[in-house]
Amino acid sequence: MVLPEWLAEPGLNHFLVVGAILFSLGLLAVISRRNIIMVLMGIELILNSANLNFVAFSRYGSLSLDGHMIALFVIIIAAAEAAVALAIALNIYNRFGSVDIEQISELKE
Amino acid sequence: MALESLIQLSLATLFLPLAGFLLLIFFGRRLPRQGDWLGTALVGAAFLVSLFIMYTKLSTPESVSAGWTWAVLGGIPGIGAVTIELGILIDNLSAVMLSVVLLISMVVHLFSIGYLEGDVRYSRYFAYLGFFTFSMIGIVITHNLLMMYIFWELVGLSSYLLIGHWYEKKSASNAAMKAFIVNRIGDAGMFIGIMIIFVQFSTFTFDAIFGALSAGNLPFDSQAWLTAAGILIFCGAIGKSAQFPLHVWLPDAMEGPTPVSALIHAATMVAAGVFMVARLFPLFTADALLVIAYIGAITALLAATIAITQFDIKKVLAWSTISQLGYMVLALGVGAYAAGFMHLVTHAAFKAGLFLGSGAVIYAMHAALHKQHDHETDAQDIRNMGGLKSRMPVTYWTFLIFTLAISGIPLTSGFLSKDEILAGTLAFSTLNGHWLLPFIAFVVAGMTAFYMFRLLILTFHGEHVHKERLSLIREVPWVMSVPLVVLAALSVFVFYSFNPFGASSGWLYQALERPASVVPDAIAPAAWSVLYEAISRVHSLVMILSVVIAVAGLALAWLVYQKRTISAEMLARSMGRLYHGSRNKWYFDEMYNAVFVNGTLALTRISNWFDTRIIDGIVNGAGTVTRGASRISGWIDNTFIDGLVNFLANITGAIGMRLRKIQTGNIQTYLVFAIFGFLIITIVLLTL
Repeated sequence: MVLPEWLAEPGLNHFLVVGAILFSLGLLAVISRRNIIMVLMGIELILNSANLNFVAFSRYGSLSLDGHMIALFVIIIAAAEAAVALAIALNIYNRFGSVDIEQISELKE
Repeated sequence: MALESLIQLSLATLFLPLAGFLLLIFFGRRLPRQGDWLGTALVGAAFLVSLFIMYTKLSTPESVSAGWTWAVLGGIPGIGAVTIELGILIDNLSAVMLSVVLLISMVVHLFSIGYLEGDVRYSRYFAYLGFFTFSMIGIVITHNLLMMYIFWELVGLSSYLLIGHWYEKKSASNAAMKAFIVNRIGDAGMFIGIMIIFVQFSTFTFDAIFGALSAGNLPFDSQAWLTAAGILIFCGAIGKSAQFPLHVWLPDAMEGPTPVSALIHAATMVAAGVFMVARLFPLFTADALLVIAYIGAITALLAATIAITQFDIKKVLAWSTISQLGYMVLALGVGAYAAGFMHLVTHAAFKAGLFLGSGAVIYAMHAALHKQHDHETDAQDIRNMGGLKSRMPVTYWTFLIFTLAISGIPLTSGFLSKDEILAGTLAFSTLNGHWLLPFIAFVVAGMTAFYMFRLLILTFHGEHVHKERLSLIREVPWVMSVPLVVLAALSVFVFYSFNPFGASSGWLYQALERPASVVPDAIAPAAWSVLYEAISRVHSLVMILSVVIAVAGLALAWLVYQKRTISAEMLARSMGRLYHGSRNKWYFDEMYNAVFVNGTLALTRISNWFDTRIIDGIVNGAGTVTRGASRISGWIDNTFIDGLVNFLANITGAIGMRLRKIQTGNIQTYLVFAIFGFLIITIVLLTL
């Protein structure tokens, strides 16, 4: 089977497209999910799309190993972030008795 | 002795009475006898000093003056730099006047010790007498117009204080106020006159003014202004010397104690006006002097006609004073300077004597009435007197001498001076016409003899109306009779001239040489040498005429009141209206009351109406208008300004209300906005 040309050799664009799709999915989750846990998962997706981009630019661009390094940092920070965010989510649940983001509209007042 | 020491001595005569005033006003009540001896002694000492001054001054023709700079005023607008000097001028005029003032003041002090015995304000009375003397001496010895004006006003003040000595009496306090206010009217004129002089010459000093005038420098370069200034300054003399038409205060001033009347009438106050005219004589133009002469003649005649019908002993003397002052002013007006001033001197002695004599009579009458417990009878009314001659011989004989003197009977001092005045007036008319002046002067001479002998006869001769009362009348104590004797002696001719029929050879007449006029020749009065020549031509005629007229007046009084061959009532009835007019002082008081007092009241009523209606109306109207305007502006403020502010606020609020809808509080909504915003910015940036 002959692959079309744009698929024959995976290039930077392919990775960027996947990254963009991942980012869009993460953003969609952040915007539309009601459950705060799902929102956090969307953020994880966004972070991973960024990681993918870093690695892609590292591979095809001029970042050399820097992109990999930053991706590793991002993973570490994401872990920390997840820990903090989950603690916040737990506190929110304790405070409001719900993790539904629609119910938490204190900023309105 | 150097002539300059006269300055210090004259200052001593000025400040001795002032010291008496200050000591008595502060410590008078604590001194033994309330300090009457202190005031009298100080004035007596001043009198001795003044005698020395007069003697020293008259022995030399030079006059001496000294000035001290009082204030230096730089750059008065319209005048320039001005230096105001205070100073003393001792010439023959002031030296003679000084002695006269202090002599009269001294005998009045002495007389008052008896007359005011037991008075409620005894020491204050003596304090004021000293102050009066001080003020008068200030006028006499000053060398400038400003000081003269200041002391002039002080004389007015002290006359007010003394006339109102018994201020519990309504009539006395009214008389004091009347004297003060009427004098103010004249003083206002004098002040304007002084200012005209001052604006032109920038100095108040007599010598400087005369010097500038004789150099041809006239006020505003106009002879009319000089005449006006002279007449205006003379207004002050009209007030002080009780000349027509401001003579009305003097008879009322009789409300004061009788020795005060003697002082006012003889030496201070009324003499001040005559002295001032004599002092400023060189600057009067012929026209101004003619006005002065006519004022004097009118005054002399008017007062003499009134004096004839009065029954109050002091009122008769008051009107006779006005009449005699008219004589002096007339004499100065016609240029008979020495005669006029000499009459002031001789008149001072016999008029002080007449007043003190009347004071003695009133004192004795009061004592007698008091013993009878009679408080109804008027002690000053000559109809209640008569026959006092036998009970009060000293008073009678001295009073007779004074009466002879004022009537101008030969061998008296009054004859000398009056004769010279009549001669001067007649000589003036032979030169310049105006025959009315000598005519009036001679008529008044006859009237004077008539009313003075009427007074004498009604008081001392005939039968006393009340036998019992007459036996109670006693001669006055020595402190009161000694002044009378002294003054009677001074009413004899020898003190003034050794020739009983010619004053012009006497020392006084010689000393009072008329100063040369400083006004331009065209408007100057006739020169003294010309007038003197005319006087010597008419002198013998005048002497005979004046004696005949005086004796005629005397004889008429004798016939009417002593012999009663002519009935006084008949005479009065035949005169009809004239008698009533004279009896009521020609209705001057009523006239002034109707015109000036009521006029002023009417004016105040009009201005009151104007004030309440027009001024208050304007103020209230302005208030109403302002309130209306403020209401409109308040409405504009509330409606438009506040409306605009509220409108903005409401708009903002409304927009806010709309806008707050997008603040959902939902974090995801915000995120969507943020993403859209980001997208829009990205698209915009990329497309540009």
